[in-house]
This record gives sequence, structure tokens and C-alpha cells, in this order.
Amino acid sequence: MSVLLLAELDNGTLSPSTARVAAAAAQLGPVDLLVSGPSAAADQAATIAGIARVIHARDAVLADGLANLLAGLAGNYTVIAASASTTGKDVMPRLAAKLDIQPVTDIVAIEGANRFVRPIYAGNALETVTDTQQQHVLTFRASAFRPAASDNSAPVETFDVDVTSVARFIAAHRTQSDIPDLSTAQIVVGGGVSVGSADGFKLVEALGRTLGAAIGATRAAVDAGYAPNDWQVGQTGKIIAPDLYIAVGISGALQHLAGIQGARKIIAINTDPDAPIVQIADVVLIGDLFDILPKLTAELERLGVRH
Amino acid sequence: MKILVAVKRVVDHNVRIRVRSDGSGVETNGVRMSMNPFCKNAVEAAVQLAEAGAADEIVVVSIGPKQSNDVILTALAMGAHRGILLEADQPLETLVIAKLLARIADEEKPDLVLLGKQAVDDDSNHVGQMLAALTDRPQATFASEIKIDGEALEVTREVDSGRETIALPLPAIVTADLRLNTPRNAALPMVMKARSKPLAVRPVADLGVDLTPRLTVEKVSPPPERTAGTTIGSVAELAGIIASDIDAMEAI
Repeated sequence: MSVLLLAELDNGTLSPSTARVAAAAAQLGPVDLLVSGPSAAADQAATIAGIARVIHARDAVLADGLANLLAGLAGNYTVIAASASTTGKDVMPRLAAKLDIQPVTDIVAIEGANRFVRPIYAGNALETVTDTQQQHVLTFRASAFRPAASDNSAPVETFDVDVTSVARFIAAHRTQSDIPDLSTAQIVVGGGVSVGSADGFKLVEALGRTLGAAIGATRAAVDAGYAPNDWQVGQTGKIIAPDLYIAVGISGALQHLAGIQGARKIIAINTDPDAPIVQIADVVLIGDLFDILPKLTAELERLGVRH
Repeated sequence: MKILVAVKRVVDHNVRIRVRSDGSGVETNGVRMSMNPFCKNAVEAAVQLAEAGAADEIVVVSIGPKQSNDVILTALAMGAHRGILLEADQPLETLVIAKLLARIADEEKPDLVLLGKQAVDDDSNHVGQMLAALTDRPQATFASEIKIDGEALEVTREVDSGRETIALPLPAIVTADLRLNTPRNAALPMVMKARSKPLAVRPVADLGVDLTPRLTVEKVSPPPERTAGTTIGSVAELAGIIASDIDAMEAI
């Protein structure tokens, strides 16, 4: 079996997710990594352990162009895979239908060459499927796999083909921040709607900054405008699996819990001792977040705790 | 402009589901069912386009058992004009669903197909993208804003890095995210009126699509259970726990 893996890029640079999905893909066979973007990203991709070859192609930003690019290479591979990111979700089903393949997506465990586990019902059930098709189209949840090492120097080859798209890119509205990537962060501090305002949410951000953590938010907090949409954690937002998740003022709706089930440890700060999050958290502090957060941040600053 | 909206009947998103003890699947008998939330956003988007004068016909299609009539009626009550139910009693894979919808798109020739970005039962997030491939149309997934400009659409999408805006010519496929709009609750007169709108029921086998599944579901199991931990009493204690956790973390 040979694997063609689509590298995950963020604003032209290699995303930390790529090393994680590369580790997943390498379980299925030798991996050729397609980097559709700047050549610096291709060079960086060549250092990922388990990559046999990097294929560098021009930047294809939109789904139809990227699906065509992958389809052009697919004939040489038994597995075509990507991260279950918004890019992978956009492109891979389109590619699969072009190739007349039923894809298996959001894979969280590989149980054999064609046996995969994927969550359904917001992670409240796990489905194990066997895929007996000749060729497989797969996406992996980056947070479910440990990253591959970066001690490789795979050859980089250029695949010179024009990528055209019927759709046209107009503008990106990026959330500017220097905080770690939410999907792959080891520590995440999450805030809910009970912070009361965008200013209240800044208390959550301050704790995150102190710890060197990524910031997450519930759907309600995003809908209320306290946090940008790409911070949303849950069934329809990002799925995270940090070593430590600190949930601040989050009651724990089913759809939010879906996004944090992979967290190794959950700490909840909440006024309500009966909140659903309290029933699943490892450590709970009951109290008012407006009282607790400034003290906690100051105490951690004093201790010099930072990842 | 003519809009086709695909909707799915699923276990209501507020229901806490239960995995059958024999591992054969999730219990759906005697469980409250409703229209998939994202599909509601898609219907609402279509109705708003019609209200703005940009669309003159909304056709809503669902694939599933007879009871899927209910979600078509919901869409008709929200303002869609007519419905099509492709009746199927067996579970169908997303590729089959997309092929069936492609047949309907071929018959109806809509300028725009709207779907929810994912169904909250299987969480696949496939069908819109597959339909776009099968009908060779451009796609805009995870839409949080749709603007129409003559023969083209300008769609803002929610993506991992924030949002992005793309333009695509019609005919096109758009999948709805939750922040696209707030779906209306149809008033009782609209619910009554919905029952008199045309609703065609066709057996799914009549469309000439191979319905055979490609994947074998081996089992469905519950996730590992999390149990309540310890409640602590002070900020200082919590800071100490966080400090030792971070200290013990391996560097990645």
C-alpha cells in the first residue's frame, strides 16, 4: 500500500497537524506528502519522519482545484488521505466522489490496513468500519495521533501542473494572534458565555497567555461575539485533545463536550456544582470566575508556570 | 432562480443517545427525531433568498423512511414550495445519497443547491462536496454568509483560521454552517398550509442508483466514560495542581 497525504498548511506555512496525520498515514504504508503551497513549506515537510517523498505543487486554495490536483496524482496510490481540518473536509469528499469512492473520515484509530474507528453522534458513539474498496480516501483527526519526529530529509520533487478553479478566492479574514494552534495545543483554556462580555473573555485569554496555552470557546460564546469563530470547540468546531483543558464558566453542553473528550485532564471552574462539566472533570473548583481567574493568573505568574 | 434544498431526519440534537448493548448501532426506536439543525439553516437561507426576491422556487428533498415526511413538512412550513421524498428503509452511505441527489438535480436543474454542512447523527460532512463533484459544480462549504450578485454568489466560509470569502458562478452548491442565520419556527397557519403543498413520494430504487454499501460497519461502541473527579477548595490549591501538571508534561 502506498499513501498520498495532503499536507495541512496555515497561511502558507506547514501546520503542526501535518506531522500528526503523517504519523497516522505512515501506519498504512510509505507516504508521499503533497504540499500545495510555498516551497519553504515543502522543504519543512521533508523533515517529517516516515515521509518517502515530498511532492511540491502550486498553491491550490479552493476545493475544486485541490480535488483536481489530488485526482491527477491518485492513480499511483492505494490511499489518499488528509487531515480532518476544514480543508480536508472541504476537499476529500469531493475527491472521493470524483473517484467513485466512499470515504472514511475523522478517523481516530487505525485497527488494521482497512479497519478504522470514527466517532459519530458528536463522539457519543464510536463506529468501527472495514473498507474493502480497492482504493481508500481517508481523513484523520490530527488531535488523535502523536506527531511524527522531524529527523528526516526526504527528497522534494516538483509537480508542475496548472491548478484552475471555477470558484475565486476573494479575501481571508484571519484571526490575528500569536497563541498556539488550538487543534494541536497541549494546554487549552476554554471560556463559555458566562464570562458575560468580550472584556470578560479577556480574563480567559490572560490565563491562557500566562500558561502558553491555546484558547477555546463554546458556540454560545462565539455566537455572542466574545470570541472569534475559529476558537469554537465542539461537534461543529474544533476537536481538541490537549494534555490539560481548563474549562472556565462552561456548563458542558453535549456539543461542546464532543470536542474535548480526548483531553487527558479536565479542570472545571464553575459556579454550578451540578453543571454537566463538573460530572466529567478531573478537578473542580466551584466559585465565581471573575473572582477566581485574576487570582489564579496572578498566582501562576508568581510561580512562573509556563509551558 | 430555483433552489433545491436537501434535508435529513435525525435523532434530535438535544437527545442523549444510547448505544445498543449488542454493538449494532445507536438506539433510534422511541427517540425524538427532528430536522438536522444544519439543514434548517439551509432551508432558512433559501427562504430568505426567496423573500428577498432572489429566488422564485424552493424544492426540498429528503431521503429516508416514510417518516421523513415530517422534516419535509417542516421545510414546507418554513416557506419551501414543494417536496420530494425518496423513500428508503435501509441506511444509505453518503456517496449513494449524493448520487441520488445528483439525479434529482439533473431532473430539477436548480441554480443553487443548499445543504447542511453535516448531519449530527453520522457527522460525515460529505454530501454537499460529493454532489458538487458529481454535478461538476463549484462548492462553498461551511457558509456563514451568502450574498447573491446576478449570476454569481459571494460566500463567506468558516474555516480553521477564521473566515474566508469566495466567489462562485451559478449553478453552485453551498453547505450551511450554524451562524448563517437563525432558522424560523413556522407559525401554525404555515404548518397547516404546508400540508396542501405538493409532496411527491418515490421509492429510492426507482432512481437507478446502486444502493449497495461499500463499507462494513463492524460495531458501534460507547466512548470511554469519564467520571467525576475531586472538588478542591482554593485558588492556591488549583494553581499548585496546574503547576505540577505542566511540569510533568512531555515536550512535543
